[in-house]
Amino acid sequence: MLELQDIFFSVEGVEIIRGVNLTVENNKFVVITGPNGGGKSTLARLIMGIEKPTSGKIILDGQDITNADITERAKLGVGFAFQQPVRFKGIEVFDLLKLAAGGKLTFNKACDYLSAVGLCAQDYIKREVNSSLSGGEVKRIEIATILARKTKLSIFDEPEAGIDLWSFKHLIQIFEDMRKNIDGGSIVIISHQERILSIADEIIVLADGQIKNRGAAEKILPEIINTESVIQECEKLKR
Amino acid sequence: MLKLDEIQRRLIAEVAGLHKVPIGAYNFRANSQLAGRNNTANIEITSKDDGSGIDIHIKDGTQNESVHIPVVLSASGIKETVYNDFYIGENCDVVIVAGCGIDNCGNQDSEHDGVHRFFVGKNSKVKYVEKHYGSGNGAGQRILNPVTEVSMNDGSFMEMEMVQIKGVDSTNRMTTAALKAGAKLIVRERLMTHGAQKAFSTYKITLDGENSGADVVSRGVAKEKSYQKLDLCVIGNAPCNGHTECDSIIMDEGKILAVPSLEANHVDAVLFHEAAIGKIAGDQLIKLMTLGLTEQEAEEQIISGFLK
Ligand SMILES: Nc1ncnc2c1ncn2[C@@H]1O[C@H](COP(=O)(O)OP(=O)(O)OP(=O)(O)O)[C@@H](O)[C@H]1O
Ligand SMILES: [Mg+2]
Repeated sequence: MLELQDIFFSVEGVEIIRGVNLTVENNKFVVITGPNGGGKSTLARLIMGIEKPTSGKIILDGQDITNADITERAKLGVGFAFQQPVRFKGIEVFDLLKLAAGGKLTFNKACDYLSAVGLCAQDYIKREVNSSLSGGEVKRIEIATILARKTKLSIFDEPEAGIDLWSFKHLIQIFEDMRKNIDGGSIVIISHQERILSIADEIIVLADGQIKNRGAAEKILPEIINTESVIQECEKLKR
Repeated sequence: MLKLDEIQRRLIAEVAGLHKVPIGAYNFRANSQLAGRNNTANIEITSKDDGSGIDIHIKDGTQNESVHIPVVLSASGIKETVYNDFYIGENCDVVIVAGCGIDNCGNQDSEHDGVHRFFVGKNSKVKYVEKHYGSGNGAGQRILNPVTEVSMNDGSFMEMEMVQIKGVDSTNRMTTAALKAGAKLIVRERLMTHGAQKAFSTYKITLDGENSGADVVSRGVAKEKSYQKLDLCVIGNAPCNGHTECDSIIMDEGKILAVPSLEANHVDAVLFHEAAIGKIAGDQLIKLMTLGLTEQEAEEQIISGFLK
């Protein structure tokens, strides 16, 4: 269980997160949405420890992790798929998955993770995670690293961005599976996609660094649909 | 039979990846003495008359054979210059593994200056691997100054892998190549320096023949107070393609000077270079830390990938 208590965060005097209180229970699938620049990625970075709050507390399973560094949080079971995945010269897809899995990983298992994100393992496993990969490819590999980690609290920052329509369906499947096998963990997804929002247990609307609305998907979705924060399912995808 | 002691065997394993006597032709040199040699039906190694080195003759049409010529120095205070000339016939496909390991526990400097000359015959394919390695904690320096001169005949192809990752205090590498029509040269250099080490690496590639091409990529990591100077030059004298790239990571108080240069003497010469020096990207460290690595572990992974 994750608790954010009165989190504030500012950079050079500009307040980006302004008093966020949020609890993500175990076995919950929470989607954070809201307009561009609303502070979603920043909130995720605060949870992962990449940024430290100006004030407020972050509690994970009863333990105060406000001052824990990234590595400590990762070891406590927090995982984060970046909105813009990082590229590495010379590090191969298999190497990265192996690091994510904690140093040990069989080839077969790595193939499973890649297949789960819709990549043909044979074509990708030996590829370097460098700029030769397309935006969508690197995004899927990023998601695969979280699958390989098997984290208690998994945060995905706009996982659908850059993923084509066909694969998008596949991606929804991954999240539905993760949700089915949640096994005491929690999943937080930052998204603008109606399809992802619709499978949430809870939707949080973050704008101007504050939670503007929250509640069950059935309640929130009708209120925010047709606002700039949600992109409706494309007609093509429905066919 | 090989006449090598334990330290020498370990050095050979480092520089040539050899744990036992290789198949194919070889010439082992240990503390300035011949420690073992093997010729094959197609590859003949002979000592130069004046004792200054060896000649390696590879017959026309030699396919899928290898030559290993490792050199090890395990005594302090040796200073030697050795000339190795490779005469590679036409239509060959061979792998040549050179490399020098120095273990210096003494107080005197040890230095090996290897001059390697390659004459690559028409349509031959050569893969050349050269690894340099130093160990031992004596005050004496471990010094390696390799000179590599390549002349490539029509339609030949050569791939060079030059690696110096550890323990060499001072190195001054000089590689020159001249390419005839249709010849292609690929160079992958990896350099890592630490402590107070100094490494200079100079390439001068001349593309003389029509449709010749070269791709030289040097990746370096300068840690602590070490210094690297990379000087990559490609000259195009014909319709040709040349590319050089210096890509360096700088750490601690390291210093790197990259001097890429291009010279086009023909209107259809297409040459370009890239050079970048910077510290390890912060977001790379952060990403690996989010996977549970410490900052130091993340750094090691990034560097070992970069130098792979
Ligand atoms: N280090 C920083 N320095 C200055 N401004 C920052 C910094 N980090 C974030 N911001 C600003 O904070 C605001 C929130 O950014 P954030 O990336 O969290 O938004 P977001 O909700 O994820 O948006 P999007 O939907 O576009 O991904 C933006 O206005 C951004 O420019
Ligand atoms: Mg964002």
